[in-house]
Amino acid sequence: MKKLVSLALVLMLCLLSVGAMAEGGVPVEELKVGFIFIGDENEGYTANHYNGAKEMAAALGLSESQLLIKWVVPENEECEDAAYDLADQGCQIIFGNSFGFESYMINVAKEYPDVEFCHATGTQASTLGMANFHNFFTSVYESRYVSGVVAGMKLNEMIANGVITEDQAKIGYVGAFPYEEVKSGYTAFFLGARSVCPSATMDVKYTNSWASFDLEKEAAEALIAGGCVLISQHADTTGAPTACEEAGVPVVGYNVSMIATAPTQALTSAAVNWGPYYTYAVQCIVDGTEIVTDWCHGYADGANQITELNEAAVAEGTAEKVAEVEAALADGSLHVFDCSTFTVGGATLTEADSEYISDGYFHESEVRSAPYFGYVIDGITELTAQ
Amino acid sequence: MNTAREPLFHIVKRDGVPFPKALAIRTVAVLLSLVACAGVIFALTGMNPLEVYSAYLSGAVGTNRRLWMTIRDSATLLLIALAITPAFKMRFWNIGAEGQVLVGGLATAAVMIYGGGAMPTWLLFTLMAVCSMLAGMVWGLIPAAFKARYNTNETLFTLMLNYVGMQLVTFSIVFWENPAGSNTVGVIHQATEYGWFPDLFGQKYGLNVLIVLSITVLMFVYLRYSKHGYEIAVVGESENTARYAGINVGKIILRTMALSGALCGLAGFIIVSGCSHTISTSTAGGRGFTAIIVSWLSKFNPFTMILVSFFLVFMEKGAIQIASQFNLNENASDVLTGIILFFILGCEFFINYEVSLRRHGRKEIKGWARS
Repeated sequence: MKKLVSLALVLMLCLLSVGAMAEGGVPVEELKVGFIFIGDENEGYTANHYNGAKEMAAALGLSESQLLIKWVVPENEECEDAAYDLADQGCQIIFGNSFGFESYMINVAKEYPDVEFCHATGTQASTLGMANFHNFFTSVYESRYVSGVVAGMKLNEMIANGVITEDQAKIGYVGAFPYEEVKSGYTAFFLGARSVCPSATMDVKYTNSWASFDLEKEAAEALIAGGCVLISQHADTTGAPTACEEAGVPVVGYNVSMIATAPTQALTSAAVNWGPYYTYAVQCIVDGTEIVTDWCHGYADGANQITELNEAAVAEGTAEKVAEVEAALADGSLHVFDCSTFTVGGATLTEADSEYISDGYFHESEVRSAPYFGYVIDGITELTAQ
Repeated sequence: MNTAREPLFHIVKRDGVPFPKALAIRTVAVLLSLVACAGVIFALTGMNPLEVYSAYLSGAVGTNRRLWMTIRDSATLLLIALAITPAFKMRFWNIGAEGQVLVGGLATAAVMIYGGGAMPTWLLFTLMAVCSMLAGMVWGLIPAAFKARYNTNETLFTLMLNYVGMQLVTFSIVFWENPAGSNTVGVIHQATEYGWFPDLFGQKYGLNVLIVLSITVLMFVYLRYSKHGYEIAVVGESENTARYAGINVGKIILRTMALSGALCGLAGFIIVSGCSHTISTSTAGGRGFTAIIVSWLSKFNPFTMILVSFFLVFMEKGAIQIASQFNLNENASDVLTGIILFFILGCEFFINYEVSLRRHGRKEIKGWARS
């Protein structure tokens, strides 16, 4: 009983102090920032998030002990346990980095109205109406578009050198799951490639897994056997680049530079920098201001980029072309999903087809942060649906 | 007559060790394992082993909520260990608990999804419990029937059925996934909480613990004092003896595996309804295999299983904390758990055998010494 009373007192104290914080913000030295990570530093996606977290800590002057990280959390009740535990430890803000964490984080957010929960890649915040639950993403389609331009330049070089004919410019894409995040990504990549190599086509093969070295390697091998002359990926391991290095096929990676894995074939990788969001959200706690429900920024804010171009593999003039496209994306003159650049079922999409289309382009990630472009455009073939 | 040099060590089977002595040997083993772990921690990371140990303690039982999470997961593991025990005692190697738990969970999820809100709560819970047990029972009976009828190898059979169970779950997720395309079912009835275990004594997981502890006592009585329990023991010792004594071995195999499978199915029910509120291929999470360690380590004694399952979950939860606090990932914790288990299992040798040093330099022994 005594224990219960003291527990209740402690809880009340916590609530009171949190309540006070919400008004005036939290001093930096009292911050505790929680992270729930699906993987650890050995896996590109989470390593990238961890880098973002470290960037935030450096920017705001947090010590390492103020970052409370739960590593390798599966997408089940263990995520809920982790979120509860971080909240119990006094974190003012908790980030989760995997899609399947969302409903568990919402459960905990309901019980801790004074703790901010920020979930990457999720979809529910905009419709849920909870003040302390937020989604975030980056305009990763911009990175994919730019990496697609790099791929298209490479295809042009191969055509010019007589390695392939124009008709053989077929790209292979190793995707994780058949839903909007992946579809939006491969479409952006393809549009980037086709913007410089008009005869390009693309085959997509799904692995139904976010991170399986063997499945990704096998999928890449199957695509290469099917006549694909360049590979890209939306899955987390080095499986596809490994297959490409063995087969001598150029490859565009994801999350991290693949040059170490495929030194002669990796061109670049589409990448996300989570640092700007982490810094923004934690800064909001310090300032006592509200975090936006959905956050999605891109090139203009340094949240998107491509990794180092591999001089040993990219076509001549790539760096200049990339700089030009990046500038156009940053100043808003180039829209990735410009409806005049693609057709669906032979027809151009118009405002009548989708509520997200206006001013001649599809407004990706503006209504909510997670992607929702789900069309399979002409020129792309999905080889394995689920 | 041969003469042979007596070896330096003599290993002699003990006839039976008094309980205090066995306890002392085990205690020494645990202490030695902690010393060995400390050595490894210091050698590999240079950290203070005591700090790492205290992080274990804090991670597993440091707060009220952490304690309850450890209790909840221990209860689940304990139930699965209890479930496989009758089969193992019968020397029926049921490696299929994983699959039996999974289909039990699948049945629970199905009833929860289609029946939630459509029927009174008591009926929903009865249906979930009954369906989960039936599903687990069928999953256990299939290999048992083949074993009883054709004497097939149950180890492979039960193992293979795990994969069939996983595929069934994968298949069902296609229909239940939420949101569409995510390949996960998400939390079932998140808003209404239909089919979720209610709080008991103000504890979220009180009901889980109550059910599992009741089954622990029942299982102890069943194995120790019932005719069924005796028959299981006889079949386990020797099938021929059992036949000679007029026991219908096939019937015992079927009956015992039905029970074992049904209890595994019930564990699936408790996981889905009382804990995760979702279903995925990782719902059983390897616990069907860990349970085998629990059952063996406890020598099939249900009360010892409480301690062993608590210990294993304790190590697992502590590992989360050391990963978070010291950036030692779970592989580091697996190493430590491995060392401790090595000592605990190893000390059984010293309980069963006596090691004595050479007493005489030379000794005359009979001719069979070399055979």
